[in-house]
Amino acid sequence: MSTPENTPDDAPQEGFVDPGLAHHRPRRADVDPKADKRAERQVAALFGLSAVGTVIALWAYFTKDTGDGGDVATIQSVNMWIGIGVFLAMSGIGFGAIHWAKTLMRDHEMVEERHEMRSSDENRAAAIQNLKDGAEDSGLAGGEGEGAKRRSVLKGSLITAMAIAPLAILVPQIGNMGGDWNVSKFRHTMWGPGVRLARDPDGALIKAADVTVGSAYHVIPEGLNDLDHHHKMDAKAKAVVLLVRLDPSDLKIVPGREDWSFDGIVAYSKICTHVGCPVALYEQQTHHLLCPCHQSTFDVSDGAKVVFGPAKRPLPQLPIAIDDEGYIVAKNDFDEPVGPSYWERLKGDSSGAEAEEESH
Amino acid sequence: MGTKVNSAAAGTANYVDERTSIGGFVKFFARKLFPDHWSFMLGEIALYSFIILLISGVFLTAFFVPSMETVHYDGAFATMHGVEMTKAFESTLYTSFEVPGGLLIRQIHHWSALLFLAAIMTHMCRVFFTGAFRKPRELNWLVGFTLMILGLAAGFTGYSLPDDVLSGNGLRIVDGVIKSIPLIGSYTSYWMFGGEFPGTALIPRVFTAHVLLVPALILALVGLHLFLVFLHKHTQYPGGGKTHKNVVGLPLFPVYTAKAGGFFFVVFGIVALMAAVFTINPVWNYGPYDPSPVSAGTQPDWYILFVDGALRLMPGWLFGLPMEWELWGYTLSWNILIPAVIVPGLFFGFIALYPWIEAWATGDKGEKHVLDRPRNVPVRTGIGVATIVFYVILVLEGSNDIVANMFHLSLNDLTIFFQWAIFILPPIAFWITKRICLGLQRKDRELVLHGHESGTIVRHENGEYIEVHTPLDEQEVWLRVNYDNRKPLEIEPEFNELGVRRPGYKWDRRKQKLSRFFYEERVEPVSWEEYQEALHHHDHGPSAEGKAEGAEADEADARLTEEWEKVEDEQASEK
Amino acid sequence: MNALAKKRHHKAAPLFLVLALLALITMGAAIAAPSATATAEASADDVAAGERLFAANCASCHGLDAEGQDGVAPSLVGVGAAAVDFQVGTGRMPMQASGPQAPAKPVQFEQEEINQLAAWVASLGAGPAIPTAEQVDPSLGDAANGMEVFRTNCAMCHGSIGGGGALTQGKFAPSVLDTTPTHIYEAMLTGPQSMPVFNDANITPEHKRDVIAYLAAQQDGSPGGLSLGAIGPVSEGMWAWLVLLGLIIASTVWVGARSS
Repeated sequence: MSTPENTPDDAPQEGFVDPGLAHHRPRRADVDPKADKRAERQVAALFGLSAVGTVIALWAYFTKDTGDGGDVATIQSVNMWIGIGVFLAMSGIGFGAIHWAKTLMRDHEMVEERHEMRSSDENRAAAIQNLKDGAEDSGLAGGEGEGAKRRSVLKGSLITAMAIAPLAILVPQIGNMGGDWNVSKFRHTMWGPGVRLARDPDGALIKAADVTVGSAYHVIPEGLNDLDHHHKMDAKAKAVVLLVRLDPSDLKIVPGREDWSFDGIVAYSKICTHVGCPVALYEQQTHHLLCPCHQSTFDVSDGAKVVFGPAKRPLPQLPIAIDDEGYIVAKNDFDEPVGPSYWERLKGDSSGAEAEEESH
Repeated sequence: MGTKVNSAAAGTANYVDERTSIGGFVKFFARKLFPDHWSFMLGEIALYSFIILLISGVFLTAFFVPSMETVHYDGAFATMHGVEMTKAFESTLYTSFEVPGGLLIRQIHHWSALLFLAAIMTHMCRVFFTGAFRKPRELNWLVGFTLMILGLAAGFTGYSLPDDVLSGNGLRIVDGVIKSIPLIGSYTSYWMFGGEFPGTALIPRVFTAHVLLVPALILALVGLHLFLVFLHKHTQYPGGGKTHKNVVGLPLFPVYTAKAGGFFFVVFGIVALMAAVFTINPVWNYGPYDPSPVSAGTQPDWYILFVDGALRLMPGWLFGLPMEWELWGYTLSWNILIPAVIVPGLFFGFIALYPWIEAWATGDKGEKHVLDRPRNVPVRTGIGVATIVFYVILVLEGSNDIVANMFHLSLNDLTIFFQWAIFILPPIAFWITKRICLGLQRKDRELVLHGHESGTIVRHENGEYIEVHTPLDEQEVWLRVNYDNRKPLEIEPEFNELGVRRPGYKWDRRKQKLSRFFYEERVEPVSWEEYQEALHHHDHGPSAEGKAEGAEADEADARLTEEWEKVEDEQASEK
Repeated sequence: MNALAKKRHHKAAPLFLVLALLALITMGAAIAAPSATATAEASADDVAAGERLFAANCASCHGLDAEGQDGVAPSLVGVGAAAVDFQVGTGRMPMQASGPQAPAKPVQFEQEEINQLAAWVASLGAGPAIPTAEQVDPSLGDAANGMEVFRTNCAMCHGSIGGGGALTQGKFAPSVLDTTPTHIYEAMLTGPQSMPVFNDANITPEHKRDVIAYLAAQQDGSPGGLSLGAIGPVSEGMWAWLVLLGLIIASTVWVGARSS
């Protein structure tokens, strides 16, 4: 198979002659001793400025103590003065050195030959020979005769060992990094029958009467704040809900969810079905709920259906009711996993649980 | 005293050399030549901001506690009193408010991180548009490309460390993207977070990646990158005396020691000034991470914005079709995979492989050390501009709420506009850029053949007006005629003389198609014959003609002055 | 400590002046004084005067009886004095032109006239009253709790410290950095335009004051220097490219240029 080559000649424009390097034009400091002196003084002044900068930084550090740290103006001035000191200390050196190089150091351009990257033929041949010799010595090259068979067993066993040895490290390491690997946890949140809705972040319970038309409550399950921080964060990441009350005449009820809302009060998961940001921008006039991360827009009055943006699925709805004391409670957990889609999202709980059983 | 210092230096040098034979290295490096041009310093900005990152980062690790253990804040900052937070967040507040100068170092670190990636990308653009990635530098392009990817990783891991609401929501987006990956998505998420999001494992893990793994890789690759720069010797811009076989420049010692060394201090100084005056990443505004809150303007640092923009751009429903599929009970989220995995993958893959794609189309096997003027490779330049336009559209879409709010536009309209623009504008940008390049090449021909317009208008005896043209000097001519005039590949015919089909013909044919796309449409540089003809056409070529015209103009000028003086004299005498 | 602070301030003055100029470009810096919140019992005279003002300025849209017109303007029965004080006191009403939303404009009425209007609207049906000076006094609030309430209920639209943000279809959550405490309070209470209502059960009066204290604390500025609009990483990225990289590239051009 031929490879077409298209390397142009070295002199593509035959006839034209390379004029060579442009004539060197002397700088003012090269010809005028006064300019030379002036440049020298400027460089020295810049180095001096650097020293001044160092003094400023140290002065600011020692005299502008942050003290209590709560005072914004003090932090600002410490930050600014040390910063300006560092700026002068550094750029004084920098500008000085460059100015020196530009005005006072010899600036005649010099020419150096390049060498082709390709090694010489002799070197290549020698390299190949060395490798051949080495392979021969080790027996890896196979070679002729009786030894060949034994060596190929060696080769095969070495490759096998090398290929599987990383598993000895990786399996236990990676195995430990994923916690319990029980991904079916995505399906469950803290919500369940009778769990009361509470205000985020302080956990005050919410009565239906408190939720006036046009209100938007950011909601957590009762008892969330009693968890330790770690469990609280994990649970909160799935359980947060937005509770709003619409004029019941504005609300289109999704078939099959007739008893999931109460007198215009509806609760939807706050975790976006796109990639999981909290969807929290509620516009009470349009009943649209906007995610600030990627701008998926959901219509709360119509089953939280997607009306714009990258999400595909509506937000999961939390079925709610009112308990004897007038508090809003969940009737059940969400009937689907909250948050972004994942491969096994539609798979039932059981398969995950079984897998879990087997792994123990 | 001078002699004392000298002898001490000589003694030290002798001591070291006897033990390391460093003399050879010094001989090799000290007078190594570097061409002088401002655009050759863009990579240096990246290198220096990385050094600043290392210096300031070491300081930050002295105070940062990479732990997700919780505490109630009792430090100095009033709007955080009593708030529950992780130690990571608390120690960030401590560094900012209670360590004098700590906030400055944090801001220096963050500004130089933004600068690091901005400089890398600007440097990549310079390398791309001047063709500095051609043989023998393809591998170094790949090293540099990997450095950019590592830079993204370093930046994103650092952004996540303070464990604030902003970066926490960023991590949540990453989690959502990972979960969308078929088969392994949810397990990968568990692997990263040590269980369910957010868990307690992430900050320490990200910390290790940020201070050890990624910087070590960057450092190693920076070493390789610079080694290859020394090995290849620097490229140079075209001009008289500069060939593919030499390098023209000033020596490393002393000129570049002073210039490049000094430049490090300049970069450091300017970053410090930025940090002194401008707040960056005010985590105390965002508060400690909590999965419920989110704030308007939730965006990643600028270098990840393009992914965010792609995620915003991709609709969940396209012409009524769902972009999330449910197949045999499994979920496939195209609305996440396309923008966050597939498009960035193809985009970066194209950038990484571009040197080979172009080499393929060109078929040029020679080493290239003289840079191209972007106009002389119109298709490459067009591709570069189209790529930038594509990227910028994604970045703007990633900022569309900010843009909408600033200019009182609707973010929905912006998104719809960008959804069309991402397909329409890059090809238009390609076409316009290519036309401009071809136009500039024609302009170059014009200049070589007819010289500069001098602005002097001359009227001939017969009433004709012409403008005097001054011929180009030899340097100007050389710059405009001496470049590779690349032509589409010629391939061998499909059948040989015996009528047998040649294996590999199809492959070559594909190459040829690509090559035609690159080089079919071109402007030929002025040839020697054309140049000679222009010079001597009808015995008064541009230069001869120019001289004659110039002389005529001078004559006319003298005549006018004379007449004018005569008039003045008359007026004076009348008085 | 105080004397020292003063001295420092003096030394830094020229620089602060320059920086303050820059600051004006990126952030509004005005510190608004709490508006007078005269909530004395409205007299019958006030109600009558308010009715006349309403008929002259508002009735063309809201109707003479303030019951509104479908698709034009909402009914004002039961919106309360707080809604009137907010809408008219921030210049949102009377509306100039229809658009995605009514923006704040120069205020058209004296505070006394606003109070009269508010008195009349309040007389039509029970609704939230204008808060007292004590209810909106930032010095009585707990800024740290305000931070937690703000970021849960407000930051998603108004940004982390209230710099504002975009909503759908050209609507926006305005910056609240220059809004008076009374108007902040009234906005939470009445839920103007797109904003949801945060009644006293949702955000208690104390918590509302905490939010006001948190926003008031932002008037001290950012510890790190100029805030670049406090709108997050996008503006930081823009400054990194235009100013930081810009300055450095300008210096590379100087480094690369031949000395004369």
